[in-house]
Amino acid sequence: MMTSLIIWAIIWELIGQFELSILLPPLSDIIVRMVEVIPTATFMKAAWITAKCFLVGTGLAIAAGIPLGILMGRSVLADRMLLPWVNMFLSAPLTALVPILMTLFGFGVKTIILTTMLFAIWIIVLDARAGVMNITPSLVEMAQSFGANRWQSFTKIYIWAALPEILAGIRLGCIRSVKGVIIGQLLVSIVGFGRLFELYSSNFLMEHMWALLLFLFFFAFLIAEGLGMIERKFEYYAAARN
Amino acid sequence: MSSNTGSNSNSAAEVAVSVENVTKIYPGGVEALNNMTLDFPKGELTSLLGPSGCGKTTLLKIIAGLLPATSGAVKVNGKPVTGPGRERAFVFQDFALMPWATVIRNVAFGLELQGVAKSARMAIAEKQIADVGLKGFENRFPHELSGGMRQRVGLARALAVDAEVLLMDEPFSAVDEQTRRKFQEDLLGVVQNQQKTFLFVTHSIEEAVYVSQSIALLLPRPSRVSEIIRPDIRRDISPDAIRRDPVYLDTVERIWKGLRTYVE
Repeated sequence: MMTSLIIWAIIWELIGQFELSILLPPLSDIIVRMVEVIPTATFMKAAWITAKCFLVGTGLAIAAGIPLGILMGRSVLADRMLLPWVNMFLSAPLTALVPILMTLFGFGVKTIILTTMLFAIWIIVLDARAGVMNITPSLVEMAQSFGANRWQSFTKIYIWAALPEILAGIRLGCIRSVKGVIIGQLLVSIVGFGRLFELYSSNFLMEHMWALLLFLFFFAFLIAEGLGMIERKFEYYAAARN
Repeated sequence: MSSNTGSNSNSAAEVAVSVENVTKIYPGGVEALNNMTLDFPKGELTSLLGPSGCGKTTLLKIIAGLLPATSGAVKVNGKPVTGPGRERAFVFQDFALMPWATVIRNVAFGLELQGVAKSARMAIAEKQIADVGLKGFENRFPHELSGGMRQRVGLARALAVDAEVLLMDEPFSAVDEQTRRKFQEDLLGVVQNQQKTFLFVTHSIEEAVYVSQSIALLLPRPSRVSEIIRPDIRRDISPDAIRRDPVYLDTVERIWKGLRTYVE
């Protein structure tokens, strides 16, 4: 993977050096710009707001999504009531909903957090649901036969038995969160990176623009890989469950 | 075959588990048990033996309190069963071990649910693990063990809660034949050493005759107890000698003759 990245970076650099397009400055210039821009107070503040919105939004999505998914996996009634909605929101173009959120919650952090949550939660719900539905019935019977109450079954069996699916849901949810937090900021466009994007693009500061994009791509990649690593740690028993 | 051998003859009259007129109809109308009445003597191993579809696992799960009976009553030591209870412990056909937990945590799980302090339950679990011959495997995970070892963990978990009645649902059917034989031999020792009542579901005639003090022969459609058989095998002879014992062989033969008409 590293080799292919290097090859593409060289191609980028060459195209940039020939000044074929104003949209694509040389990679080396962008990196120089990154070093210059990232430590500035404006950038750090924007990064901090983004991180905060991402963490709170994703946290809410996880905190609400996992119990909801487990409920749907356990109760046929809840599943019938909620599944069509979850499926609809999962595939719906959520970006179109952000203007509605803006009228409800204003042009600020609240709207961005909700957008982030809205992007992340549905896949988390569906994966937790799938995890619970795949539990070996005898494991539930085992807990019951040794006297587990509902709470104990939930905390000691369901959560753990569904953990591989739940973690996969969190990873996919986080990837969607990154989209949500950026799209939310772009549409709100007066706070965080949204404001910077607006500023750079309206002034044709392409090097700044790319510096910001590369920074975001790098972090999105880091989050996905980090969670993938945690997930693989728990996969050892995903295959051994049956 | 009504005579008994060994030390269990005195307690044979005492009933640990009684099943009274139990009927079970599953949603959808499938009748698994029809008005079944059966007593399980205290301190003995009683097998529920029969072809598939005779309701033996259903009966065991009703006794465990995992399934409600449609009508009738199950009593353990005279007390009606309304759900799972501490005086009963279950050994599962597919082991039902938590794959995310170590052997010792699996064995201690029943005690953990009961709220026994960690150090106390770990000490008990350690002893049970040693007793089933898995010393040194305490911190392994189930997927690192063979099928036979996993069922030893399942047995240790059931023994750890020190229940009076052990309910075993075809515990050896998912392990290979050699391991199974070893298991059967070991079970004889466990029954002898523990003052417990064992209810043992199996579809293997040889297994039932080998390990049981008494065998309830169940027949399907309608599900009923056709016969109670007490294999009159001397238990002081070696495990290998039992398999060559004429009484053992005759009993196996006799049960097979009774069952063969029910096998399609």
